[in-house]
Parts: sequence; C-alpha cells; structure tokens
Amino acid sequence: MKIVKAENLEYEYVKLDEDGKVESTLKAVDGVNLDVEAGDFIAILGHNGSGKSTLAKHINAILVPTEGTLYVDGKDTKDPDKLWEIRQTAGMVFQNPDNQIIGTIVDEDVAFGPENMGVPKEEIWRRVEKSLKSVGMWEYRSHSPNKLSGGQKQRVAIAGVVAMQPKCIVLDEPTAMLDPNGRREVIRTVMELNRQEKVTVILITHYMEEVIYADKVIVMDEGKVVMQGTPREIFSQVEKLKSLRLDVPQVTLLAHELRKSGLDLPEGILSIEELTAALEQCRAGKA
Amino acid sequence: MAIKIERLNYIYSEGTAFRKQALKDINLEIPDGQFIGMIGHTGSGKSTLIQHLNGLIRATSGTIYYNGENIYGEGYSMKELRSRVGLVFQYPEHQLFEIDVFHDVCFGPKNLGLCQEEIEERAREALDQVGLDSSYYRKSPFELSGGQKRRVAIAGILAMHPQVLILDEPTAGLDPRGRDEILDQVAKLHREQNITVILVSHSMEDVANYVERIIVMNKGQVFLDDTPSRVFAHYKELEGVGLAAPQVTYVTQTLKSQGWDIDTSVTTIEEAKQAILRAMS
Repeated sequence: MKIVKAENLEYEYVKLDEDGKVESTLKAVDGVNLDVEAGDFIAILGHNGSGKSTLAKHINAILVPTEGTLYVDGKDTKDPDKLWEIRQTAGMVFQNPDNQIIGTIVDEDVAFGPENMGVPKEEIWRRVEKSLKSVGMWEYRSHSPNKLSGGQKQRVAIAGVVAMQPKCIVLDEPTAMLDPNGRREVIRTVMELNRQEKVTVILITHYMEEVIYADKVIVMDEGKVVMQGTPREIFSQVEKLKSLRLDVPQVTLLAHELRKSGLDLPEGILSIEELTAALEQCRAGKA
Repeated sequence: MAIKIERLNYIYSEGTAFRKQALKDINLEIPDGQFIGMIGHTGSGKSTLIQHLNGLIRATSGTIYYNGENIYGEGYSMKELRSRVGLVFQYPEHQLFEIDVFHDVCFGPKNLGLCQEEIEERAREALDQVGLDSSYYRKSPFELSGGQKRRVAIAGILAMHPQVLILDEPTAGLDPRGRDEILDQVAKLHREQNITVILVSHSMEDVANYVERIIVMNKGQVFLDDTPSRVFAHYKELEGVGLAAPQVTYVTQTLKSQGWDIDTSVTTIEEAKQAILRAMS
C-alpha cells in the first residue's frame, strides 16, 4: 500500500503586482513522481530553495498541486471533502518548536489535536498518555512548555502530532535549531515511532548524519527529484552531492579521502563503527 | 588586550520566585584577533554571556573591560561600545526591515551619524565583504535565499566597522554549501581585517574546522577553555554536558582503544586522514 503517491506533481508560486496581475511565477516543484510505502522511513535532502518544503506541504494538503496529483493513503489532496481525513493521516512537525506549541501545560498542548478532531474525553487522555510516553516526555506532562529545552519542546510537538494517530509524519528540519543532545533525542524518538509504531516517517534535514538510518533517501534540486536510493547508494556519490550544494557525513568524507590516498576501503561508509571496522580489515590485509 | 571579563555574575528575576543564576563567576580574557568558538547546550548561558559583551545585558556583579576601560564606568559610551562589538543574532534575517538590501545595510552606519557619502561607501564595502555584488543592492530582502539574507544581515553589522564580531549560530537552517560559504567569509574577514571573531555554534565539526580556541559553557560557567584538540580530547565529559566531539575524533579514539598506535588529538578530516595514514605505515 502506497501511503504517499505523487504523479507528475508541479507547484507554482505566483507573484502578483499591485494591480493583481501576475508579475512572475516560480516553479518550486517540477514533475515529481514519488512512491512512499506505508511504514517506510524516507529522508529528503536538497539545498535551500530546492523545493523540499513545498513538496512536504503537499503531503498534508497545506498546498495543493498546480499540476499533477498527490494521493495520501489513496485520497486525492485536491478533493476538499477529504481534507480533514488527509490531515489526520499525515501530520506535520516544523523547524521551530516555539511556533507549534500553544498550550500552557504540556499535556494540554498534546490534547489540542485530538480535541479538535472530536475524540471523546477519556480517549483523549489515553492518547495523550500514550503519545507523551512514546516521545519520553510523560514525566514532564504538568510542566510549562516554555521551561523545556529545545529538544524537549520539539518532542512535545511530535507528541501532539502522534496523539492524532497519523499513519504518516512529515518533519521539516525538526532539528535545525537544536543542540547535539536535542538532535539525538528527536532523531531517536522519530526512529522509535517508525520501528515500533510503524508510522511512516518523511524527514527533511540538512544534517547528513541523520539520514543514514533511512530506508530511502530522495535528493531534490530545482524542484525535481535528482537522486533516489539507500543512504549507502546516495552517500557513495560524494562529488555529485557536493555539486548539489550538499554534503556527506564526516566519516563518509574521511573514508572517501582515505580511498583517494590509496587505502582499500569500500565506498559509502556511513558510521564510525563501519569505518573503524574497515580500517581494521585494511590493516590486517597489509600486515 | 581587547576584552577582559572579571568575576561576572548574572541573575534573572532577582528577588522573585523565578530567580535564576544564568552566569556564575565568569573570568575570561579575549585578546585582539582571536577566532573563538563558543559551545554549550541550550540554556548553558552562551547567549546571555555574549549579550554582556556589547552591553545589551548589564551584569548583576563583576566587571567587563573593553580595551582597558570598564564598560560599567561612569560616562562610558555604550553607543561607542556597540559600534565596536558587533553582535549578529540567531536568524538575523528576521531583522531585515528596509525596502532593499542597500538601505538595510546603510541603517547601522546612518545611526553612527556619518555623512551620506561615508555611509554608502561603508555599505558597498560591507556587501562586498560578504560576497554580494551591486546586482543585489536594489533587491527586496524577500527576493533572497536564506543564505543571502543572512549575509545581508551580517553586512549590516560589518558596515559599523566592528573590531569584534560575535555570531550566534550563523549557520542554523542553512544547507551545507550555504554553511561553508558563510563560515569561509567570516574566516576571510578574520584573516584580512584581523578582527576578533566569536562563533557560537551547535556544530562541533564547524567549530573544529575554523577556530583556534574553544570556550565550553555549562550551567552558566566556563567548563573548558582551550585549543580544539585539547577540548575535544575531553569528549566523554563533553557528552556529559550535552555536547559531543567531531565524528573524526571518535574514529581515532575508537582505533586507539582497539590497540592502534594513533594520534587521537585530531579534530578535522585532514588531520584524521594524516593520523590514520601515519598509523597504517
């Protein structure tokens, strides 16, 4: 079952002058075809302005396509009667946690989503408990959100989406404003939701290290999908990624440089453990 | 001797139930021309400390000397200090407000009371320093990419001709190339104009690549203050305070623990590469 399916998706931003006439248009998404299987962990990479966020906003129908079609769990996002179902199927988490938290107490904030959906009261509190536990924030349920760290706030924002029981969560640079610990907390939370609750995850990020656990990586440039594959396939192409204003994890780059210096290492090394193991082998081969 | 901080304390909401000591007994010397990285988890006191350096926050106790003068002394000109110590906030592009790029960069020098000719000269120079040519002058900030907007905001500070440039997470939210462009420009300014740079960052890799000294903040105190290789040698303690070392440091540390005879003081890809090649031969 495809949870998200894009067919020749195009989106144009239209700029109007003072008289309401079209001054210029910008095609932010240009002919994207995409298949996301339910339960997948997908990462989207691309430089600023490559169309990642515009694409992401289609998945819960904040934007609807100018041309082409986007299906979320089989429903066409252009169908206004399906809007609320689509938004319950696909939840979104944004970059700045401060813009997403509205409650004065953590558990009230998380309850906001299901409350709006008309979920019965007992069920709401059951969901709040479950989702706060799933992001590791249950013990903070009676705290004020503005006393939390960035990573904690972002996990509360994720719990707020989880409480609506979406099949799919789209996260648009959720770690851009966080310190290393906060980034680790959020990524661990997202991976657990994916593995244990089988929630489909679509993660947009500029941190290459966060991408290595994804099932599939999609690279965008000028509104088009220009690369697609496993993290290992994508990060084996160091030079191509650099030409797209992107990067690879620091260990991958180190392995790439060592290869260039003549060491017999495989391409597409993704983690510290992989690199040290490969270096051990390399040294044993030499001895 | 440019900046000297002595026994600095800062307490939020003194005398209320919300009293919180944000900075505790800070003693630091920042000589002219250093390139310094400041790291620490969210809430460790980094931003509070840097806002003291140009007088935006006044210490509860303690003293700051700028070029030997006590900035809390009677008759000290805070306006003068703020034109010497430039502070670029997080997401500075949110503070662009003029009709076009050129006017925005002119705003700072205009407030220094300079003549129009000098103002425009400084704006052109500052935009040139951040790599934006005259084709950008008449653009609205809304027409620019995230990285370009941020460079305009930095140019606005440079046009004040600061001797000290403080940047609070200048690369948050930028793509990898945009990040490298901004940091390369800052490094170039540091090299060519010999200005002091204090870079506040959450990216250990960026800090390791650019700075000569790292100040680690934790719970409002200076936790470590040393060269990158010596600071990152304490990677276990850094993890304890919510930070980490660059990935390459972990690679050599792991190899060492597996019995390799290898230099573990590396903090950049180039250093790690050389250390591994040496250990292999």
